[in-house]
This record gives sequence, C-alpha cells and structure tokens, in this order.
Amino acid sequence: MTTVSVRQCPGGPLLVRGATQVETEDGELVPVARPVVALCQCGRSGRMPWCDSSHKFGSDGITRRRQD
Amino acid sequence: MAGPDARESKIAPRELGGKHALPESNLTRLPNVLPKACGPLSEGVIRALTADPSDPPRSVPVHDDLGHPVDPLVDRDFQLALWMLYELHYRGFPGVPADLEWDPLLIAARQPMERAFEAAVRDLVGPIDWPAGGEQPKQPGVAVADRIFEATGSGALPELASFLQRRADVDHYRTYLARRAVYQLRESDPQSFVLPRLEGAPKAALAELQYDEYGGGQPSRLHATLFADALESLGMTTDVIPYVDQAPAATLAAVNVMSLFALNRRLRGAALGHLAAYEATSSVPCRMVALGARRLGLPDPVAAYFEEHVEADSVHEQVAVRDICGAFVDDNPAEAADVLFGVAASLAVDALAAEAILSPWRDMPEDVAQ
Repeated sequence: MTTVSVRQCPGGPLLVRGATQVETEDGELVPVARPVVALCQCGRSGRMPWCDSSHKFGSDGITRRRQD
Repeated sequence: MAGPDARESKIAPRELGGKHALPESNLTRLPNVLPKACGPLSEGVIRALTADPSDPPRSVPVHDDLGHPVDPLVDRDFQLALWMLYELHYRGFPGVPADLEWDPLLIAARQPMERAFEAAVRDLVGPIDWPAGGEQPKQPGVAVADRIFEATGSGALPELASFLQRRADVDHYRTYLARRAVYQLRESDPQSFVLPRLEGAPKAALAELQYDEYGGGQPSRLHATLFADALESLGMTTDVIPYVDQAPAATLAAVNVMSLFALNRRLRGAALGHLAAYEATSSVPCRMVALGARRLGLPDPVAAYFEEHVEADSVHEQVAVRDICGAFVDDNPAEAADVLFGVAASLAVDALAAEAILSPWRDMPEDVAQ
C-alpha cells in the first residue's frame, strides 16, 4: 500500500510525496509525474494545481498568468 | 549558430576509445574535440591532454607560474583550463585517454587553481554571518533554511529574465541558450558527486531531487536532454565544445564553481547550499524566459524546457532548502556556514554570469525591441 505524505511549507506550497494523481476542485484528475510535487496554496499559480512560485510575489503578480 | 558537427548524436558519450584512441600528440588531429586555447594555462592543459605517450610527462603550468597576478573570476584562460580539468571527471574528450582523469600532474595543476578560485569566490561573497562555537541556534536546520529563503527571495525582478521576456529577439535567445548550454548539457551532474558524501535524510532528499532532474526514469525527460531538444529545435549543436569556446570567463566560472564544491568533499556543505540557491532563484526567471520564447514564437521545445523548470524548481526549491540543506545542517551543525557560503557563492557568481550576457545588450534602444 502506498503512503502519501504531505507537508505544509510555511508561506509556500504543500509538498506531496507518494501520490499518483491529484483531483482538482473542478473534479479533474491530474496525473502526478514526479517523485514529489508541490501543490499551490496561495491560489495564484498559473499552473494549477501545481506551485509555480507565484507565492513569492504580491497579489498583482509580476508576470501575466497563462490564459489557458 | 552552426556547430562544427551538428550531426553528433544528442549528448552521446564522446569516448572513441579502443583502436580509435589517438596515439600521438597532434592538436590538428583533435579538431573541435577540445576547446581552443586562449592563453598559457589552457594551452598547457591541452598540451597535456594531447601529449604523445612516449614523451616524458611535463607539468602543467598554473597561474603562479605566469609571473603576474590573475583574477580567477575574470580570467578566461584560467577558467577554461579549470573547465577542461574538471571535464575529465564528467565525459572527458574523444581520443583523450580516460585515465588522465587521475593523472598526478593534472591533479597537481588543479589543486592550486582550485585554491585560488575558492579564495576569489570567498573574497567576492565576503564573510559569512553565522555564530561560531557554542552560540548555535536551537534548530540550526530551520535557521539555515530561513536564511536561504531570505537570501534568495529579494522580490526584485531578475533583469536578464525580464529582458528576455519583454525585449529580446531570436538572436538574444540563441546567445542566452549558448551560454546556458555549458552547464545545461551537463545539468545536475555535479550534484551527483555529492550523494556518496552524505548520509540519512539529506542523502534521500538529494537522491529524490536528482531522480526528477534525471527524468524520473524516462531518458527523454532528462533535463539535459530537454535542453538539447531546445537547442536542436533552433538548429544549434548539442556538442558542448563550441559553447565553451564562446563562453566568457564568468560563464565558465559559474559552471566550475559547482564542480569545485561537488568534487571536494570538504566543500559538500557549499555544494548543497549552491544547489538550494540555484533552485530557489530558478522558477520565476524560467517562467519569464518561457513567456519570452512564446512571445517570439520560438519552437515549442525552447519554452517547454523553461516551463518544465517553473514547476520542477518550485518543488526543488522546497526540497533543496528544507529537506537537503535544513536536514544536513541539523545533522552537521558545524557545516552550517559552509552551506551559507555555497548559497552566497551561487548568487554572486551567477550574477556575474548574467551580467556578462546582459551588459552588451543593455544599451539596446527601446524601439528596437518588439
């Protein structure tokens, strides 16, 4: 049985190890392709559900978000 | 840029070996296999690498033999000589005997150059502020992780990535990729030398990070291969030598400092700190570089390489800062200052490398862009 471990990084993402897929709020199942993934916790990522380091910047962001 | 041999297979092993090994010293028989000498130090290394085995071995000149002071951070001849000596530990050079990796004369030349290089980097970054002796923080790993996030999270826009995102043209991108190729065609290889120098939690975390860098078991997803794909999509060679030949001293220094840290066990903490700072300052610039590549309509593999690093390095930053450096310092508190030295070295030397790319572009009038 696979154990999924999660760890909150203060001010940053949620690190998840051992998952094979992540279900988004819309119910979409996104496959996990890395040994450890970082889930966005600030809501500002342009690559949801993954962290793209947008938490480092103010709510207006410094770069345009991807439109897709 | 057209490479000398665009047909060479993608980052293929460059060993010829066996009957193809070149028997005699003759630089003309090794065209494009070795970088071009640019001074007495690199010339001395090339002479040693191409020496006729029947010749009595000769010592390789080092900077102390030159009779004038050399600044390792700006002296291209110094950095090129050191790069070739380090490359013997990675892929080597076709036709150059593999056992030169541990040739005593070459190691003897490398050591004083490494000492001078390390001293120059320490001088560049200044003293590391960390309590010596009995005043250690209660949780040194957490304290070091906080220091790394503080050092790498200035919030300032990286100027080079901004330029690429907003103003660069295709030729700027080609130059940028050519500079990065010196490291990216060997991406993550220096840090693999650190693995056997670690134990426990930081070892497991570094192995996890490296597994991702090395494609998670899929050769086509090796980050070095993704970079080679980007080069190929622009018709650029995937042979590292032409890029080394074009690289300024600062570009070579930024690559060599990783080998300096990774190949000297004494500096393992610095190697880990360097990795953490590199990862922590990668994701945001990569996003900007990817956006610039999309703006210019460059082939998909160019933006795809940088987009991969937006996501990967957001993970790697947390793993490298907390699970690698934090755990390492908890286990080895006496090496905390080494980790912070590696962080400072990464930021300072990479800033020199970025400046070397950017400074010729900075005078470009605004209206030339778009």
